[in-house]
Amino acid sequence: MSSVTYDHVVKRYTSDLTVVKDFNVEIADKEFMVLVGPSGCGKSTALRMLAGLETITEGQIRIGDRVVNHVAAKDRDIAMVFQSYALYPHMSVFDNMAFPLQMKKMSRSEIDKRVKQASGILGLDNFLKRKPKALSGGQRQRVALGRAIVRNPKVFLLDEPLSNLDAKLRGQTRVELQKLHRDLETTFIYVTHDQVEAMTMGDRIAIMNAGILQQVGAPGEIYDHPANLFVAGFIGTPTMNFVPVTMENGNAKASGFDVKLPKPVGADKGILGFRPEALTDRIQDDGSTLEIKVEVVERLGSDQFLYGTAGEDTITARVDPRMKVAPGDRARLGLDLRGIHLFDSQTEKALL
Amino acid sequence: MTAEAAARVGVSHTARFSPAWVAERLQGAVLHVAVISLTVAWMVPAAGLLISSFRHFTDINQSGWWTALAPPYNFTLENYVQVLQSSNMGQSLFNSFMITIPATLIPVTIAAFAAYAFAWMKFPGRDWIFLALVGLLAVPLQLSFIPVLKVFVSIGLVVQNWGFVGVWLAHTGYGLPFSIYLLANFFRALPSDLFESAEIDGAGTLTVFFRIVLPLSVPAIASLVIFQFLWIWNDLLVALIYVGGTKSVAPLTVTLANLTNSLGQGYNLLTAAAFISMLVPLIVFLSLQRYFVRGILAGSVKG
Repeated sequence: MSSVTYDHVVKRYTSDLTVVKDFNVEIADKEFMVLVGPSGCGKSTALRMLAGLETITEGQIRIGDRVVNHVAAKDRDIAMVFQSYALYPHMSVFDNMAFPLQMKKMSRSEIDKRVKQASGILGLDNFLKRKPKALSGGQRQRVALGRAIVRNPKVFLLDEPLSNLDAKLRGQTRVELQKLHRDLETTFIYVTHDQVEAMTMGDRIAIMNAGILQQVGAPGEIYDHPANLFVAGFIGTPTMNFVPVTMENGNAKASGFDVKLPKPVGADKGILGFRPEALTDRIQDDGSTLEIKVEVVERLGSDQFLYGTAGEDTITARVDPRMKVAPGDRARLGLDLRGIHLFDSQTEKALL
Repeated sequence: MTAEAAARVGVSHTARFSPAWVAERLQGAVLHVAVISLTVAWMVPAAGLLISSFRHFTDINQSGWWTALAPPYNFTLENYVQVLQSSNMGQSLFNSFMITIPATLIPVTIAAFAAYAFAWMKFPGRDWIFLALVGLLAVPLQLSFIPVLKVFVSIGLVVQNWGFVGVWLAHTGYGLPFSIYLLANFFRALPSDLFESAEIDGAGTLTVFFRIVLPLSVPAIASLVIFQFLWIWNDLLVALIYVGGTKSVAPLTVTLANLTNSLGQGYNLLTAAAFISMLVPLIVFLSLQRYFVRGILAGSVKG
């Protein structure tokens, strides 16, 4: 069993600097969990507490059933891949991967077997004698992965492992990491600031902001039902449209349009949110429409983004690329009511 | 390739004798002239010493060393023969090694351990102790001679009983502040990810020190060894105080100093002796030079 539990975990550096606040997550065995959030949100600290590189101020972290608060990093049966890879520059690829096994006083033949196996999985067979400086960024990244794999750990910790790769390689590695996760059948905990990585790789995503856990859930669930304004704005590109509204007779009234709410809410003000793709060039059956004054048109081939205003509010729409529209036009767009969200203007929590 | 084609594929050659071309060449020339003249300026005294050491005593007294470069060539090995035979040179050379090698290795070893602690271990008062240590750099070592010597004498730590142990300890004390300071700064610059990674991999403090810190710090340690070696090899003052001029224990520097005193004008011998003494640091420097590998950290933590 290699589930991981964060139980009311707090990390406080000084009395007025708390970087992780009351963090509660249960990560199931063999799950791929992504911790995502803007930089400085405490996600790396949360991971480093699990790794044993930071002390835990309050609360408990458990790996399986074992409380690891006071267990040394090397005895937690975890492996970590650093953003910088942290390869030992004076050692060959083989020695880099063998190092953790040598520390465990494993026999030479067993070390040899395990390193060969890992290098086979990662396609590093031809590079075992090289020093890290003679490798490309992608190869170094794989050596870092290899050093984690050979230990056969209960939990894999990955701290932004892709951010030093170029865009193309990052895409490839993303897929490879998912395959690796499937093959190794181990718990992965992956920290990133990139919501695309989070959405594509995670079985579940935990979104953090300012040290506070915002929402945990499957990517689709988080995308469709963001728990609050922050999550709604953080996940999805282009970002969700946010429009301040006032409520009148079950209608949300914005500066440039009205929307009939699917169910009544107990507030007279709020922030209406809808994703750019909730706007279409076809008028919906229930007749919710809004007119925008188009300022910029971006054609991407598969999509067409319209940037404009409705009343005083900025609106982004993602419409069929065949729709004929030019900057300066007034475009009447349909709004899919299944895709609207309403957030409390004070607490920023979802109301619908 | 036509000029047009060259421009199209983005190849640009500065045209010959154009102002840019001239400026480029001139910059190179200025640099070369500066470097060469500096080198010459440094080489002249050494060359003069070398040539003088092969001249007869009478010649040295009558004319400058450069006149020996014109015929008639009148060189001799007599100075070297005389120095090596008569002036206790062999014993002094041996003494110098006996003093210098331990007095280099002991402080560098201690400094490496201490610097690692200062750079990467947490203990109460670390920064204050380090600050005090750096403060010691500013203390003139002459201040310490009398008190230290008094202590040495009172506990019997003198050349007659303990040989060179006293001077080793003295040099260790004088060398440690700078050595620790230099190494601690270098160790601190090692990427912290390496240490964290090693910690997760299960390496203890000593393993990290011997298998990661030391191999990565070879350039720093090599330069420190050279510094310390040269300083002790060329040291006259400390040796004179703690060892003295007795023939059986006097190092090269002390013997050399006595050479001028005892032979007065005979600096033909001094030139030969000085050159012999210069050879050793030269060999040390050249043999350690290959450890100054640039970019030894390359490939560790960047993509």
